Amino acid sequence: MKRICLTVVGMYFMLLHAFSQVTRDSSVFRPRKLKLDEVDLVSSYYTQNGDHSAVRGGIGSEKVTDLANGLELKWVGWDAHQRKNTLTAGLGIDHHTAASQAYISKTGASRRTDGLRLYPSLDWTRENERKGTSFSLGAYYSNEFNYQSIGFSAGGTKKTKSNGELGLKLSGYFDRVKLIFPSEFEPAYTSAGGGGREDRHPDYGSSPRETYTASFSYTQVINTRLQAAFLFDLVEQHGYLGLPFHRVYFNDGSDLVEKLPSNRFKLPLGVRLNYFLGDKVILRSYYRYYVDNWGIRSHTASLEVPVKLTPFFSVTPFYRYYVQSAANYFAAYEQHLTTDTYYSSNYALSAFSSHFFGAGIRMAPPKGLFNSHLSTLELRFGHYTQTTDLVSNVVSLHLQFK
Amino acid sequence: MRVNLKQQIMKRKILLCGVLALSAAGMMTACTPVKEYQKNRLNDAEMTLSSRKVEKNESNFQSYREGASGANGGKTGGGCGCN
Repeated sequence: MKRICLTVVGMYFMLLHAFSQVTRDSSVFRPRKLKLDEVDLVSSYYTQNGDHSAVRGGIGSEKVTDLANGLELKWVGWDAHQRKNTLTAGLGIDHHTAASQAYISKTGASRRTDGLRLYPSLDWTRENERKGTSFSLGAYYSNEFNYQSIGFSAGGTKKTKSNGELGLKLSGYFDRVKLIFPSEFEPAYTSAGGGGREDRHPDYGSSPRETYTASFSYTQVINTRLQAAFLFDLVEQHGYLGLPFHRVYFNDGSDLVEKLPSNRFKLPLGVRLNYFLGDKVILRSYYRYYVDNWGIRSHTASLEVPVKLTPFFSVTPFYRYYVQSAANYFAAYEQHLTTDTYYSSNYALSAFSSHFFGAGIRMAPPKGLFNSHLSTLELRFGHYTQTTDLVSNVVSLHLQFK
Repeated sequence: MRVNLKQQIMKRKILLCGVLALSAAGMMTACTPVKEYQKNRLNDAEMTLSSRKVEKNESNFQSYREGASGANGGKTGGGCGCN
């Protein structure tokens, strides 16, 4: 953990010196090779507590901490056809601890209660400003002890004559879930020494999970103060959609591994409305309706109100409300019947509502902060409560260098 | 009795969708022409019509702790969120 923090701090200082002065003659167009234009660092610390761990079938501690650090480098250039090319390379490193991981072993003796996740990404966008079009490609990878994911995307946008923009993005994620079962369901395996079985097992099998998404968007300027976005995703998932170490306890006291259907279709519809009120206040609103074929229906509504204390310093209180119905396959600890075809005691699939509120600050002076390349600093804190008794806090820092 | 209740719920949903569609259509027709030089407020960094970078990890944990995800311009797959 300390090593990760020091690495990130080291990267911050290196980036302070990574930019060079760029001079362009704006009177004559000249192609420009890709040059480093922007660097973003996002760090978050997340803590969570609750009493409905899916590993123990809906009971037990859900205590989690997660330190996430993401670095994103953006290069921009123009080709001979005056098209803007943007290449973005990202690298994320998360370190988490989870109390429930100890209970993959029935006795709570699993030694592995933390883990690392690495997720590099690469995006390329070509924008033709004269035609008002853009085309983009992306590739993503994510690796953690029990889960690997590789993803690709392709998308495009087209501006309309009436200050609107249509967008379409197609993406596919091809994941593998490592089959780490609770200790009582592991095949017999003899080994010297104690500890959790997942530390001793020589070779786990894995199962695939695929996610295909078509994301549609339409943004529209309505007047000089108001703009809107309509967002619509079609998401299809196939494969192993549960997790192999989630237990379910039935009403006769027996337990099994969570079992969920091997396909899921999700349909989220969202709308954003942003309004500049007066000269100092912005209203950022969002609403989403979600439905899927597992029986979940949900509504999400949020409002953020950035207040500009000066043109370059703002304070943003925010509030988000979320409510969902339960999936058809959810029941609490010892509530499932042994005759059920599908079963899960993961409370993310239960009926609940949640509140998320907090505040953030943003500083973006035109000449940078502290006379450096640090152009923007954002700090944000949020407190989250669910009616399942899950409580969490998250603090995030975003630094942008230009 | 249950069928009637379902029908009522369905009617309400259709009505809600109709109201939303009409509102959207009304909003679109109410658009006024905005020139580039009039977009100083719309181009403000905090008027962006997507989630901001500082919200990235908030969106991640919400998609792992809740049943719904998507329609926010972010990623729709990849990563376990197992814990």
